[in-house]
Order: sequence, then C-alpha cells, then structure tokens
Amino acid sequence: MIELHLILFLMIIGAVVAMEIEDLLSSIIALGAVGMGLTLEFLLLRAPDLAITQLVVEILSLIILIKATVSVDIQAKKTRTNPYYFIFALLFVAVFLWFSYKAVVQLPAFGQPLMKMGGQYIAEAAKKTSAANIVAAIILDFRGYDTLGEATILFTSVIGVLAVLRKTGRKK
Amino acid sequence: MKAKEAGMSLIVKRITKITVSLIFLFGVYIVLHGHLTPGGGFAGGVIIALSFIHLVLAFGKEIALKKFSESAASLTESLGGLMFLGVGLLGLLGGYFFLNILPHGKTFDLFSSGIIVLCNIAIFLKVGAGLFSIFIAMAILKIPLEDNQENK
Amino acid sequence: MCFILFAIGLYCLLVKKNLIKKIIGLGITEYAINLFFILLGYRSGGEAPILDKQTANLNFVDPLPQALILTSIVIGLGVTALMVAIAVRIYEKYRTFDINQIRKLKG
Repeated sequence: MIELHLILFLMIIGAVVAMEIEDLLSSIIALGAVGMGLTLEFLLLRAPDLAITQLVVEILSLIILIKATVSVDIQAKKTRTNPYYFIFALLFVAVFLWFSYKAVVQLPAFGQPLMKMGGQYIAEAAKKTSAANIVAAIILDFRGYDTLGEATILFTSVIGVLAVLRKTGRKK
Repeated sequence: MKAKEAGMSLIVKRITKITVSLIFLFGVYIVLHGHLTPGGGFAGGVIIALSFIHLVLAFGKEIALKKFSESAASLTESLGGLMFLGVGLLGLLGGYFFLNILPHGKTFDLFSSGIIVLCNIAIFLKVGAGLFSIFIAMAILKIPLEDNQENK
Repeated sequence: MCFILFAIGLYCLLVKKNLIKKIIGLGITEYAINLFFILLGYRSGGEAPILDKQTANLNFVDPLPQALILTSIVIGLGVTALMVAIAVRIYEKYRTFDINQIRKLKG
C-alpha cells in the first residue's frame, strides 16, 4: 500500500502548486498532473473502467480550460486580500477536517468492505445478463435508470453551453 | 498584412492524417466491446469526440466543419438520446422498465448480452456529438481584443 | 488521508480571487471525492471485477461504487464545461476575472 500513499502525496503537492502559482496556464497544467495521478490511483485500486474514463475526461477538460484561458488576456495581478476572509476560511476548513476525522474512523477498516449488494451483483451477473464486465452490467442493466439520468444531465449541459455562448448580435 | 493560415504547421497536419483514423477506430472498439473488457459507452464516446477535436485543432475549423457540420452533430445527439429511451421503453413489453428482453447468447461472444450493446451505442452517439458541439461553440466564439465602445 | 486533498480544494475555492482559480479549486475537490469513494470499496488482495475464462470465482473488489463514480466523472466534465462557458461570458462583459472588480462594476 505504500505506492497509494506516495501517489497521494504527489497529488497533494500538485494541488498546492496549482493553487499558489500566479500564472494561469501553469496552474491548469498542474491540475492536469493531479488528474493523471488520480488515473494511476484508480489503476492501483483495481478499477480499469474508471481509469480509462478519468484519463480521457481529464484530457478533454484540460483542452476546454486552455481554450478559454489562452484566448483571453492572461493577467493575474496580486491584490491585497482581506484578512478576515483568510481567517474564516482556515477556521471553516479546520472544523470540517476535525468532524470528518471523527466520522471516518467509524467506517469499516480499509481493505474489508461489507459488500452486501456487491456480493449479490457479482453472484448474479453471469447468470442473468451473461456479460463479462460486471461494472458495465451494473450501470446498464441492474441500474439503468441512473444512466438515463446521467444522459439527461449531459444533454442539459450541452444545451446550457450552446445557449450561453451565442453570438452577440443584438445590441452593440 | 500576411494572410494567416488556419491550423498548425505542416508536420502536425501530416501526422494528423494518419492518427485521426486510428483514434476513431480505437474508440469504436472500446464502445463495441463494452460488455467484455473495461470501457463502455462513456469513455468510447469521449474518445470519438477527441478524434474530431484533433481534426479541428490541426486544420482549423472550416475544413473540419465540412466533415461533420453542426446540424449533423445536433441531429446525432438527439437520435442517440431517443434511441436510449426507446430501448428502455421496449423493456416495458416484457414486464417492467429496462428489462433485458433480447436474447442472451453465450457469455463471451460479441453479441451476447441483450440490451447492453444497444445501450452502449446510444450513449456513444449522444456523448460524442454533445462534446463536439461544446467544442465547436467555444471555437467559433471570438472575443474582441480591443475596446471600441465607451467605458461606463 | 484524501480529506487533505478535499480541504485544499475547498480552501482554494473560498479564498482565491480569480475566477479560473475557483474553477480549478472545484476540480480538485471533485477529484478528492471520487478517490474517497473508490477507497471505500477496496478489498485487500482483490482483483478487478471482470469475469474471465480462467478465473472461476476469485476475490473481487466492490463493483458498486465503481459504477456510481463512473457516472460522477462524466457529470464533472459537464459541470466544468458549463462553468468555463459562463466565465468566458463574464470576461467578455467586464474585461476582468477578478471578483472584487466584478462586484463593483454593476452596470
């Protein structure tokens, strides 16, 4: 398990870099590095479906972000931040971390999940659907309704982008 | 003023002609074998959209729009959505929503499990066309670089 | 331990003043949440949940969280695309990405 923690450590360093650098293009590339680290983590946790999807979605979101940033004027000047924001944000994050730590120790130990539904899905997938990929059988056959909801969300987001980015020809 | 040539340099154009068809074929492979190997409709659809975006980035948007125009993309996306819904409603004939009524073959064939292949193809049409529309909308928009109007 | 990543993303979303930095912060938060859910379903010594001709009935990791997170990754892409489109429109109208100045120039 040492490599899981190692890659997580690298992702944390990448996230801090993406946050603090003033240049916008470099911080977007650092976000890409965090995404690639996440792909490696998914491979180490034995989820190949998710690794493929995360890799291509990461590349596409990098392309969209760079497309929007390069065509505008990149300027990031350092203004004086209000110190109240800083202290309140740190306080909020500290309280959140404390509560989440108390919640996480109640979960089952790392490596032994209680697989009530998962065990049933694995046992029935070969008989009922005769598909070899269990994850694909779950999202398309046992829980196909959720996939319909996701297709609707994608459709809505495409409509939203096309409605926002219309050519302005109305009033000049 | 020198005429600006659309797209990138010559080396990129030559390599793009070879690799775009390979990426397209790989995406179709991942979609069709969605029930045997990892992948499925979503990842395959994004790969197909990436192959078209590759074409736009290397050649400029006029030439790529000739191959797959915006109205065709919108039509493909609606068709994919309707096909998914239709396949789901077809399960109503059997009993309840999304029942798997087409015949199951043996486990490791290509056309084995009934409804999953059709669902994968419907999702792939929808995701691919939708993401391509988003990219074309962002590529067409041009931001004016100088301020002509009066400031408030 | 991936809550540290979530806390970094949340802090970046709250404090930074540039709009693009806020979008980056939201992206980091989303990566942390996806990672947390997959970490919940891992079985030590398990294999990937794909049946094969040779392996009869081995130890599989939990396939249910993987199915849900697959949906969530693609939805995250849609949300990021919409946010970037709105940010581009805001830039076109106000000529800056700084949220302090956007608040002041209220048309």
